[in-house]
Amino acid sequence: MSSLTDQRRRRTPRSILPWLATPALVIYVGFAVIPLVGVFALSFTTWDGIGAIHVSGLTSWRAVLTDPGLPHALGVTFMVMVVSWLVQTPVCILLGTFMAGRQRYRALLGVVYFVPLMLSSAAIALAYKALLDPNFGLGAGLKIQVLSQDWLGRPWLAFGVVVFVVSWQFIPFHSLIYQGGVQQIPKSLYEAAQLDGAGRIRQFFSITLPQLKYTIITSSTLMVVGSLTFFDLIFVLTEGGPGDATRVLALDMYKRGFQASLMGPASAIAVILVLVGLALALMLRRLGGRDAGASQLEGA
Amino acid sequence: MTTTLTGSRRPQKTVQRERPRHPRRTARGRNWAGGLAGWLWLGVVVIPLYWTLITSFKAQNRYYASNPLVPTGDPTLDNYRLVIEADFLRYLVNSVVVTAGAVVPAVLFSFMAAYAIVRGWRMPVMRAMNGLFLMGLAIPLQATVIPVYLIIIKLQLYDSLLALILPSIAFAIPLSVLVLSNFIRDVPKELFDSMRVDGATEWTTLWRLAAPLTRPAILTVTIFNALTIWNGFLLPLILTQSPDRRTLPLALWTFQGQYGVNVPAVVAAVVLTTLPVLVLYAFGRRQLLSGLTAGFSR
Repeated sequence: MSSLTDQRRRRTPRSILPWLATPALVIYVGFAVIPLVGVFALSFTTWDGIGAIHVSGLTSWRAVLTDPGLPHALGVTFMVMVVSWLVQTPVCILLGTFMAGRQRYRALLGVVYFVPLMLSSAAIALAYKALLDPNFGLGAGLKIQVLSQDWLGRPWLAFGVVVFVVSWQFIPFHSLIYQGGVQQIPKSLYEAAQLDGAGRIRQFFSITLPQLKYTIITSSTLMVVGSLTFFDLIFVLTEGGPGDATRVLALDMYKRGFQASLMGPASAIAVILVLVGLALALMLRRLGGRDAGASQLEGA
Repeated sequence: MTTTLTGSRRPQKTVQRERPRHPRRTARGRNWAGGLAGWLWLGVVVIPLYWTLITSFKAQNRYYASNPLVPTGDPTLDNYRLVIEADFLRYLVNSVVVTAGAVVPAVLFSFMAAYAIVRGWRMPVMRAMNGLFLMGLAIPLQATVIPVYLIIIKLQLYDSLLALILPSIAFAIPLSVLVLSNFIRDVPKELFDSMRVDGATEWTTLWRLAAPLTRPAILTVTIFNALTIWNGFLLPLILTQSPDRRTLPLALWTFQGQYGVNVPAVVAAVVLTTLPVLVLYAFGRRQLLSGLTAGFSR
């Protein structure tokens, strides 16, 4: 690489450019790219997190791949991903379209809507944990039977709560993305549609939705890859429980690595996470069929 | 897209005078479905926040007996006192140090890299680098925490604030470079050319031309990274150990372990750790929201 930059320097006066990118590159390589390679390497070792690291071949992989916990964690991860995508996307598109318009109460709503965006997952998880307490939470306090369930104590309820809280936290952010997307749609399209007599609903399905294609892909990519990293929220809210009902891959990695001191198998889980993320992102890119994006990814 | 540009280009007056003449959005009537969803969502957002706030002022013995949605008749600050006495200020300072220490270099380096990528797009090196940065968007970087932990130990930085700062910068780079390079790309080529004709170096062009013109994007990226790092939980959890290195989210979690039964105290801690960002939100709301809509929707 250095010989290449040397050549460039002699040929063009823009030789300073690679140097401008160097600080970012150094930190990024040091704390993202090398770890990325490192996690592959570590998955072939045995390490307790403190002592020496021993190369142990496929031991960790064998342990992970034969563990019935893995398909379960993968399943939970995909379920959280898919269900929260299904819940969030329609709401976000609706809210985004609404916020992009000139509704009367928009300003007022806008102040409150985005507060969840500011809160840490730990804070949100703690608040919900107290709020949903079967004995002293909201439902019990209001004496409403339906609300005073053991929300975090039953597998399916706990799963539902995780999806709900995740949506509560991220819908504001994604509605904002959709709001921006809607605002970029040329107004002439709507004017033309109105002249043709298309109603609001028709306009939404024939103009807004198709025009939002790239926005939907951007938002979905962030949502889907982001959902692989749900760790703090679930860690504080349920710790993966009850049983293993909400034990997603990222949590599985943490528990194996930092709680059970099995860094080898934990690294194998991390590799799986990386591969799943990469596969999903590439799939969504393909779906988008955007030239610029495709060529940019080829560089990687 | 265009607004950021026209807003910052030189002939501002004419641009602004033209604006009111633009046709209003008359083409869109009222959006009933969106409106209904909007109000419903408001309730979903507000009720937990409201409950958290009023509960934080309830005395513990009153908490169990009172209606959860009615504010208490005799509010108390005892819960807040308890939290502040539990070393809250130290955690606050730690969070400020980590956030500032990571955001400033992250944005600065990302901006320089984004500029280099846009201006050097013809060089294969730059495009490869761009691809490398973009890769960070496709893979969950949290999956790399085990090697990060190892590197931090090897650098003998474990249990220090610097241990949190360095990976935070790295994790912030992909999205920052993407958003910033999108904005720098919008700066008209002629402006760069005229700077070069005037004999300006890339370094001067970077600071005198690109930086002022993309200031809204820089601010957006700064706020977004600050929020992410301020709220970070995983890195403090695995890279620090001593109580006096905790940042706010981690302190909150350990606090819950200590005062688990005392719900009002726990939610008071939630309110206290949230307060700093909410104050900033009150001031920077417009910039944050408009920046995020513009930055992510391309």
